[in-house]
Amino acid sequence: MKSKSTGVRFWIGAILFLAAMLAATQVIRNEYPFFAGYIILQFVVLAVAWSILGGYAGYVNFGTSAFFGMGVYTAVFLVKATGAPLAVQIAAAAGVGALLGFAVGLLTLRMQGIFFSIATIALTIIIETTVTNWRFVGGAAGIQIQRPPVTPPFDTYVQMLFFVQALLVVLAVAIARYIQRSWIGRGLQAIKDDELAAECTGVPTLRLKLLACVISGALMCAAGAPAAMYFQYADPSSAFNLNYSVSALAMSLIGGTAHWAGPVLGAILLGVTQQFLAVTISSEVNVLILGIMLVLFVVAAPEGLIGLIRKIGNWRAGRAT
Amino acid sequence: MAVAESASPLLRINAVTKRFGGFVAVNNVSVDIRPGERFGLIGPNGSGKTTLINCISGAFRTEAGTVMFRGDDISRLPAHMRTRRGIARSFQIPRPFRSMTVAENLLVALDFTSLHGFASAVQRRDIVMSILMRTGLALKADVPTGNLSQVELRKMELARAMATHPKLLISDEAMAGLAGSEVDEVLDLLMKLASEDITIIMIEHIMQAVMRFSERVMCLDAGKIIAIGTPAEVMANKRVQEAYLGT
Repeated sequence: MKSKSTGVRFWIGAILFLAAMLAATQVIRNEYPFFAGYIILQFVVLAVAWSILGGYAGYVNFGTSAFFGMGVYTAVFLVKATGAPLAVQIAAAAGVGALLGFAVGLLTLRMQGIFFSIATIALTIIIETTVTNWRFVGGAAGIQIQRPPVTPPFDTYVQMLFFVQALLVVLAVAIARYIQRSWIGRGLQAIKDDELAAECTGVPTLRLKLLACVISGALMCAAGAPAAMYFQYADPSSAFNLNYSVSALAMSLIGGTAHWAGPVLGAILLGVTQQFLAVTISSEVNVLILGIMLVLFVVAAPEGLIGLIRKIGNWRAGRAT
Repeated sequence: MAVAESASPLLRINAVTKRFGGFVAVNNVSVDIRPGERFGLIGPNGSGKTTLINCISGAFRTEAGTVMFRGDDISRLPAHMRTRRGIARSFQIPRPFRSMTVAENLLVALDFTSLHGFASAVQRRDIVMSILMRTGLALKADVPTGNLSQVELRKMELARAMATHPKLLISDEAMAGLAGSEVDEVLDLLMKLASEDITIIMIEHIMQAVMRFSERVMCLDAGKIIAIGTPAEVMANKRVQEAYLGT
């Protein structure tokens, strides 16, 4: 009963969120809020996707940029080869991400801890090198992309991309929330706590990790696909920038991985801070701030914002009685 | 037919060998465990007891030999498939899911092994509580496993194993490091489980516990069986005494 009512509240919240985003694109004339907002929403999707494998299962993935970049280049390839519309680009990217997640998972998920993380970094480099040497999509020099005419009711292409990314946020959060509350989430949590004990309690550990890797990879790739149209340009060193991996990881950990809201909070907090700093000081300061915040949270609030909020809640409840 | 089935072993370990590099941890071990049996496994440190049960539960693959469970060869199955077929175990050093409460630890087992996966939340809670009641942990259901005492952790591991609905339960030194009265508590618990038609293999260093519990005892030394029989026979065996006391 209780879970049903929270489900209804979640979907009402999601619809209100989308309605607000849509209204914003109709009311606000200035282009900049959507330009910045798109990046923040994109990081929300990446952080939520990361936490499905990195947070729930505890497999720290440094390969976010590999998946993100594959998403970008899936879109680039489709635009160049067939001129496919945006929705097809995103759907194809999700498919590619799922396949890549499956392949990467098969290769790496038998490794545990730091070995898995290192393997995912290696993966990023391999894929980036491959794309750098692929002439059709521009090679190392990158490639210019023409935006097609915008679809109504949107006035500009960036507004449309902003709303599309908001849709992806709702999709990613709904999936992460479902996983967290279902038997899949319990199994992943058991894997995170103790993999051997999980296996001996009947949890098909490899299969569940693969599933998490496939879902996480599909979402990351999908989040990357609109970036080609957003920048109107793609090159390997920015599409596969390690910054995506570090940001997704930092945002999830700072937000807290025990609940789907953690990565959302973390991505909004860090994303807004980064956008603010990029305007007021310089975009180079971002990385420094990211590092400092990560260290502060790891030391002072290892459970992230979610853990902090819960602790304060418990403390208040303790004082009340 | 029914007679033949009841006479056939629940678990047949057939010439199982497990090596780590050049070291032979389990060397050509064969033994049958009968349904409903209380089986004790003893041997000095490093004799291969835990390695043997890792081969049974699927944590290790065997190099040679087969493990048959209820007539099927399970040698190549991963551990979780063996758990689903009815082999459960506890660990020498307790391995709880630390981010969960006691009840949630048991729910993992329900979610992944039984038909109760589709039961309602209330029904699942009832199943968990009835297992916790039987294992004396009912009051600890919603306590995080990090707050449990050593003896409670041991019981929680047995309760979690029970939640997988095992036909064979392997208890790996569930009494190690416990005080005298606690040893009796865990021993009573295992006796109670055995009376519920569960076959139990007990690894233990506490001799009086093994002797009291087991119908049959097997002693390993350097990966080989050196004695098997009733507790009294095994204790009287000269090689067993040598293995434990040295020559």
